[in-house]
Amino acid sequence: MEILSLVLMSVVAAATPLLFAAIGELVTEKSGVLNLGVEGMMLVGAVVGFAVTASGGGAVLGVSAAAAAGSAMAALFALLTLNLLANQVATGLALTLFGIGLSALVGRGFIGVPLDGLPHLAIPGLSDLPLIGPLIFGQDALVYLSFVAVAAVAWFLTRTRAGLILKAVGENPAAAHRLGHSVLRVRWLAVLFGGAMAGIGGAYLSLAYTPLWAENMTAGRGWIALALVVFATWRPGRVLLGAYLFGGVTIAQLHAQSAGVALPSQFMSMLPYLATILVLVLISRDAARIRLNAPASIGKVFHPGG
Amino acid sequence: MRITRRRFTQGALAAAAAPAVLSFGGPARAADPLKVGFVYVGPIGDHGWSYQHNEGRLAVEAEFGDRVETSFVEKVSEGADAERVVNQLAASGHKLIFTTSFGFMNPTLKVAQRHSDVMFEHATGYKRADNLATYAARFYEGRTISGTLAGHVSETGVVGYIASFPIPEVVRGIGAFTLAARRINPDLEVRVVWVNSWYDPGKEADAAKALVDQGADVLLQHTDSPAPMQVAEERGIKAVGQASDMTRFGPSAHMTAVVNDWAPYYVERVGQVLDGSWTSTDTWGGLASGMVKMAPFNSNLPAEAIADAEQAVADIKSGARHPFDGPVRDQSGTVRIAEGERASDELLLGMDWYVEGVQGKLPG
Repeated sequence: MEILSLVLMSVVAAATPLLFAAIGELVTEKSGVLNLGVEGMMLVGAVVGFAVTASGGGAVLGVSAAAAAGSAMAALFALLTLNLLANQVATGLALTLFGIGLSALVGRGFIGVPLDGLPHLAIPGLSDLPLIGPLIFGQDALVYLSFVAVAAVAWFLTRTRAGLILKAVGENPAAAHRLGHSVLRVRWLAVLFGGAMAGIGGAYLSLAYTPLWAENMTAGRGWIALALVVFATWRPGRVLLGAYLFGGVTIAQLHAQSAGVALPSQFMSMLPYLATILVLVLISRDAARIRLNAPASIGKVFHPGG
Repeated sequence: MRITRRRFTQGALAAAAAPAVLSFGGPARAADPLKVGFVYVGPIGDHGWSYQHNEGRLAVEAEFGDRVETSFVEKVSEGADAERVVNQLAASGHKLIFTTSFGFMNPTLKVAQRHSDVMFEHATGYKRADNLATYAARFYEGRTISGTLAGHVSETGVVGYIASFPIPEVVRGIGAFTLAARRINPDLEVRVVWVNSWYDPGKEADAAKALVDQGADVLLQHTDSPAPMQVAEERGIKAVGQASDMTRFGPSAHMTAVVNDWAPYYVERVGQVLDGSWTSTDTWGGLASGMVKMAPFNSNLPAEAIADAEQAVADIKSGARHPFDGPVRDQSGTVRIAEGERASDELLLGMDWYVEGVQGKLPG
């Protein structure tokens, strides 16, 4: 019982940064913008969150600063692709490379600095319950925030007028423009939200997951988040499922190795990717639904005059 | 010259492509100082591998003062870029060049063949030439000391080992550790998790948690981040640091760390170039030569454990003990090193089997 609880806690920790980055990117993509700079935005969020917290700003300010830093990176992307109509794929890739370098520069003074992790919730009585106690009542604030973010995005996209406008912009920007909606403004906001979420996802890595700053510490998680959005066919619930599946298989394969399961470790390292893609592709294999969910104008430059 | 956009772009590209060679010391004097170059794979601020090499460079400067002028290039990726960087150093008057990562082997060899008047030193490789020497450290001797401590402090009898890639260097470390730990506690078992990365703090932490969840109360790592040390501290168990002293990441968990100290070797080799006695050699230094050092043993360890570990250091230094003294059995119980014999360097360099006491199967 206790080991199950510990394992599940590790799964939550592994899934949370992916969830933040993916749910942000989902909103960005729903507005018709493909931002491949998630990895770069996460890294900048990670270093800024760590720097602010380690300099005595406290975790709340640190996470807020990480969100702001992610948004600032996203603003650069928005300026280039939305206002100056640069190619989104190329700009996104450049944003990732820029983020890797920038975060390394900013983080030079913070390598090897120890930091206490985020405090975990402790409700007397409830947090001590076996299994579900620590799992439901004993996480850090960011884990709860990630669930709130998924629910809020799902509600926003399906139940609000603003969500409908965002989807309209993503489906057919020309039509949305003629109806009087500002495509530019909607996309700017969506890109900024994506940046803020990626920034918080990065901060989760440097403040809670492994409380330290190390160059390139995201180690590809931004790309996994990007893939999750596509394989989850742009649905928040499936992003949640995908992130936890990926985290779950990652932890399970480490446990299997530790328990001495006789499979090649290289194969085990491959399993999380394989399992996640397989499951998400299988549950989302209805071609008509994929077409319905995929934003039709994704990655295409929109110019109101054209 | 009129600055056109094209010219400006060319200039900017050239500036961006030029390696950041940072020189210390003044311009050439009447008696020109010996120019010594260092190529690092990581940033010198990694507090690990490249940081330790840079400490060696600083020791050379402190020892020889005006007689040398050192330069370094950090964060050089292994592969084609490395050749350009090494060549640049050779072409700009450096007479002795240290390249400090395994992946610089072929680029260094190529440049060495082009510049026969320049002396090269490559760390952890096996390709040599008349002007290309190699050097490496016997880290596994440090694993013997770690194993001695672990054998004393592990109460569950289960030790977790976070490993990077199944290459002889790592397998040898697991072997030396396990033999030493089981000398103290014959029932102790070592569980290995391969993370297939040298550096991924998140994954290293996950592996550490998985091992601890399954009963390990001592953690070893052959990866570079302090994340496993943080996990050990959080869970209230013990761990051994990697490459440099990681005490601040686990003040109570940190038993010791296997530290690389390149300074004595670098000082010796630069001195030989200065007095003209340098030849191409193959050096594999350990505790005895000071190339491998143990970080201070944590004072919260049992006195008996510290005494044993100190004895092991002394015995390995004097040659009374070898990490692979026979009889050494592999997992199937077959004797690989007979009683009274010691592992040859050749066997150690090609080690591809687990010793008895390691759980699981070595990935092929």
